[in-house]
Amino acid sequence: MNPAPLVALVGNPNAGKSALFNALTGARQKVGNYPGVTVERHAGRMALPDGRPVELLDLPGTYSLEPSSPDERVTRDVVTGTQAGERLPDAIVVVVDASNLDNHLRFTLQLIALGLPVVVALNMIDLAERDGLKLDPEALARELGVPVIPTVAVRKRGIDELKEALADLATPGATALRPSDPVLHADIATLQRRARQIAMAATISETPVRRWTHMLDSVALHPVFGVLLLFVVLFVMFQAVFFAGAAPADAIASGFDWLAGLVKQVMPESILRSLITDGAIAGVGAVIKFLPQILIMFFFILVLEASGYMVRAAFLMDRIMASVGLSGRAFIPLLSSFACAVPGIMSTRTIEDEKDRLTTILIAPLMTCSARLPVYTLVIGAMIPNVRVLPFVGLQGLVMLGLYIMGVAGAFVVALVLRRTVTKGASSGFMMEMPKYQLPSVRDLAIGLWSRAEIFLKRAGTTIAFTTIVLWAMLSFPQVPKGSPVSQVNYSVAGRIANAIEPAFRPIGFNRDIVLALIPAMAAREVSVAALGTVYAIDSSSDDESKMAQTLQKRWSLATALAFLMWFVFAPQCISTIAVTRRETNGWKWPAFMVSYLFGLAYVAAGLTYWLATLAGL
Amino acid sequence: MATTPLSLEQLPQRQRATVAGIAWDRLTAPEGRRLRELGFDEGVGIEVLHRARIGGGPIACRIGRMTVALRRRVAGAIHVDPLTS
Repeated sequence: MNPAPLVALVGNPNAGKSALFNALTGARQKVGNYPGVTVERHAGRMALPDGRPVELLDLPGTYSLEPSSPDERVTRDVVTGTQAGERLPDAIVVVVDASNLDNHLRFTLQLIALGLPVVVALNMIDLAERDGLKLDPEALARELGVPVIPTVAVRKRGIDELKEALADLATPGATALRPSDPVLHADIATLQRRARQIAMAATISETPVRRWTHMLDSVALHPVFGVLLLFVVLFVMFQAVFFAGAAPADAIASGFDWLAGLVKQVMPESILRSLITDGAIAGVGAVIKFLPQILIMFFFILVLEASGYMVRAAFLMDRIMASVGLSGRAFIPLLSSFACAVPGIMSTRTIEDEKDRLTTILIAPLMTCSARLPVYTLVIGAMIPNVRVLPFVGLQGLVMLGLYIMGVAGAFVVALVLRRTVTKGASSGFMMEMPKYQLPSVRDLAIGLWSRAEIFLKRAGTTIAFTTIVLWAMLSFPQVPKGSPVSQVNYSVAGRIANAIEPAFRPIGFNRDIVLALIPAMAAREVSVAALGTVYAIDSSSDDESKMAQTLQKRWSLATALAFLMWFVFAPQCISTIAVTRRETNGWKWPAFMVSYLFGLAYVAAGLTYWLATLAGL
Repeated sequence: MATTPLSLEQLPQRQRATVAGIAWDRLTAPEGRRLRELGFDEGVGIEVLHRARIGGGPIACRIGRMTVALRRRVAGAIHVDPLTS
């Protein structure tokens, strides 16, 4: 039996391609990866009006067949049949923005020249009409020589007509039409002029109206009000992440505790039970409890992106980013990294320049992610006196803010240094299309959130589960002989490692207990809280946080506590971040560099803090 | 025709103009290509919509029917003819 015909959705960025993909496939879609590159492959199934199944492929948006990023390269390779792991599509749906024909038709001409069967989806026709533009789809079809279907993807208009047009085209065997020498290198200026002629021929009338986008932009891009608005947006976002996300996170954590308790009831005590409860359940639970916060963060980021505001934020931030050798585009990944560096690093894919992108990946772990919060909260709560330094300004809050600022300041200094040394090169500049403002559709948001959640959970179930089990084994073996006065922790591999490396940490004020807690915290920073609990033989999972705080006050000096906090501003203690960096940079070289420079910085910063604090008599 | 060539960087905000020419030699190859892809070409209508800050931030301009953000250095390489109204 022949496989289902493959249809690729291709178009310029901001043509509403993904919305059309969602409208055509609904929830029946799969996000994967192309082999060897880090570009996501979005595929889905749909049925033609005659019942035949079709496999639909959503290709990354691009302006031409000359790629300038890995994403754009995949698009070119798929439509020319040279992408590994993908067959040549049987037909192409070119998605064009109806109010931007001049520009989008040029790429359409390039795609038609490839010789594959083509249908043009004249998308967002409602927005074009709102802007006073009247178009003639039939004239456009005549000029282009291919069917043209007007659509409004977010309102699901024109979808049935598009499917019918595809049914006429999508037949396997159409590949024979492919010319041996595709017109890939046709002069872009000539194509552009032809595109403008066609656009003019397809335009019935154009009444200038006051455009929404321009009115909104006069506020959003205003040198004063625009910056103010951006700060309000960021403030609301962080409030939502930290406050609305806290309750569901606690609920998930207690759910995992309950599960571990259940296993303890039904299984006799054994090494296997310890592996399941202390290893797998505790480890995976520690990561999954961040899902609500990450989803809230993603909700904001998806809304900001789909509405068109994100590019405006990048515009406002470009000047500041340029001062450290980055571009406004780096703002988006760095913002996501405040929730979690993993999605932040994944979203650097939109940065075209390889060196810009690499620098952004390398500094992303310096943004204070949500996993640092439990550590900061515990240590600040225990060691920093709860006094007011100014009306409404507490010392504890001030220290917390200081840690956030240290991370951002550190990132800027590191970017500045990297751009002059390791990732040296001309700045790629900042050139971005600013799409029209649009109300995001609930359906597109839901699908976007669901696919993020799926990726996150898959990772938690594989990489993270594996590493936590390894760390559990390091703490559980070799087993202490019965009747020995030595504790299991001290006797274990991890305990022995801690004893061996402790002298290296003594100069920066860390005692052996801290070093021991840092080892399991390699999996995730917040594990150090639980690990300190184990080391001090206190059950920190119950409501004994205050007991834990008392122990810290007895065993740590203030200088040690400050050094410990400073360590966590910089230390790359997160297996997932290291793993995603390896995936995104295709090798171990850059994650190895990232880990070493961050540990180096953490050591120096913690050491300086310790010595300055000691000199100050703390 | 304007006697002295005016660049997009110097074009007053909201003053309609057309692209008179682009100094491709002052741009890197990827910059030039991206400019062409975004529709920058002789004779196309252009207008400065917003300037980020006095400190030399990017500018937002309308080119054809599209709004594009670019840095001042690139804007300086785009020569424009203001339309007299």
